[in-house]
Amino acid sequence: MPLNRQDARALDDPQPRHQLRTHPLEFRPMSAPAAAARPAALQFKGRMITVTVLRLLDASPEVLSRELDACLSDGSGLLAGLPTVLDLEALGEAAGGLDLAALATLLRERGVTLIGLRDSGEAIRARASAAGLAVLNVDGGRAAPRREAEAAAPMAAEPVRSLLVTQPVRSGQQVYARGGDLILTAPVSAGAEVMADGNIHVYAPLRGRAMAGVLGDTGARIFCQRLDCELVAVAGHYRLSEQISDAEREGPVQIRLEGESLLIEPM
Amino acid sequence: MAKIVVVTSGKGGVGKTTTSAAISTGLAQAGHRTAVVDFDVGLRNLDLIMGVERRVVYDFVNVINGDANLKQALIKDKRVEGLYVLPASQTRDKDALTTEGVEKVLNELAEEFDYIVCDSPAGIERGALMAAYFADEAIVVTNPEVSSVRDSDRILGILASKTRHAEQGKGSIPGRLLLTRYSPERVVKGEMLSVEDVQEILAVDLLGVIPESQAVLNASNAGTPVIMDENSDAGQAYQDAVARFLGEDREHRFLTVQKKGLFGRLFGS
Ligand SMILES: Nc1ncnc2c1ncn2[C@@H]1O[C@H](COP(=O)(O)OP(=O)(O)OP(=O)(O)O)[C@@H](O)[C@H]1O
Ligand SMILES: [Mg+2]
Repeated sequence: MPLNRQDARALDDPQPRHQLRTHPLEFRPMSAPAAAARPAALQFKGRMITVTVLRLLDASPEVLSRELDACLSDGSGLLAGLPTVLDLEALGEAAGGLDLAALATLLRERGVTLIGLRDSGEAIRARASAAGLAVLNVDGGRAAPRREAEAAAPMAAEPVRSLLVTQPVRSGQQVYARGGDLILTAPVSAGAEVMADGNIHVYAPLRGRAMAGVLGDTGARIFCQRLDCELVAVAGHYRLSEQISDAEREGPVQIRLEGESLLIEPM
Repeated sequence: MAKIVVVTSGKGGVGKTTTSAAISTGLAQAGHRTAVVDFDVGLRNLDLIMGVERRVVYDFVNVINGDANLKQALIKDKRVEGLYVLPASQTRDKDALTTEGVEKVLNELAEEFDYIVCDSPAGIERGALMAAYFADEAIVVTNPEVSSVRDSDRILGILASKTRHAEQGKGSIPGRLLLTRYSPERVVKGEMLSVEDVQEILAVDLLGVIPESQAVLNASNAGTPVIMDENSDAGQAYQDAVARFLGEDREHRFLTVQKKGLFGRLFGS
């Protein structure tokens, strides 16, 4: 599978809100392709993995370690063990002064595994190879069409499973249904985030962020009893709370993608 | 078996210490041997609210470090039988509360007491996590405003994943909402969230609603837990909350705007 054609806009939501944040760090889950296939004595398998993109907005090690501790000690345990890709683009010139090895150690000590750098130009590619890190192209690119996702499916011959969550998803928590649908029977709080490779069904108020089809399934939908969300997205096409009219919030709704536009329709 | 109850909130200054003092006093008044433990290292307050600040010799951290035994550090309340206070340390070392140390002290307390009430510090960092870690049950103190509700929501999420109970795969510890500093007048004016709003957002059982009351300030100045002020609205609301905590079914009071009676006019409550 071509390394740079996969959907990575999935959760790439450069909301203005992010820029206003005082945190010099941002964590965002994203999809990226894993190794390509080639017959040999070894077996390579093409798999989709989800990586977290850690976007640095400040290059000072002191600030970074302090902010990391704050992010990671929020009790949610969301980031522990997640493969992480660093995005240095926002640092501009300051990226040059960053000690990548020290940063990797800093992250490892906190249970975050650094696997590579987000490709943002020649300089980054050189630095990554010097540091023995991968270069991943995790931006741009159209959402992968559904057929492509289906074509890849036989390789991972596991049945598609849905994830049922009966407890409220609270502020600061994140739930991700890998490879299937997410069904929620309790509220999703403001400040919480729910994601699925497939559809998301919420039989309760949705006040946080909901992202369906995060690996690029443009046919994925979100269904909810009451839409009071901060953000909804399907295959990376998102709408913020302020982009949703009061009329669209009335009663149970479904949210789906038609071409480029994210529709919110009563049910 | 002793029951460990954490009083927590996320946001600071919402009434955790006031509540810890009131609830522990109420439990002891109901005949249960109760210890109330101040987890707010460096900012100890509980001893003041309980009126025992002049009798502090040793503290929680001294016991953890083996500088004193539990008997030496526990302060017996002179008003209510069976009520003891374990004060927090004034140390600035936030790491003084180790998991092993806290567990050791709580285990020892559990041999003596029916209830152990843990007054959590604000925030969601070490101190707050320690106060909640060994708890069997939580009282989540919330003020009727958006930021406090949001923090309580976060704390409820943490209770669902970061307690010993949860780590043993037993799920979230039961958490109940105590809405404090409630002012029906301000709810009517739209300046505060209503109890229904808060309950709807947090989706947990309601243990009680404590009205905003001058009696709380008077009580803390006097070093007497407000629950002992039986004529006050806040005192009565805390008594109701303790009764509900112990399984009694009591109707919620002080939810609507009251015409001020003679008492109210005299005390401005
Ligand atoms: N019901 C109430 N009516 C009026 N004032 C109240 C009420 N409850 C608490 N207060 C006041 O609010 C302030 C904070 O209360 P308290 O110390 O109990 O909060 P806390 O949550 O323990 O704070 P911290 O996070 O700093 O530990 C005190 O001044 C207290 O007197
Ligand atoms: Mg306090």
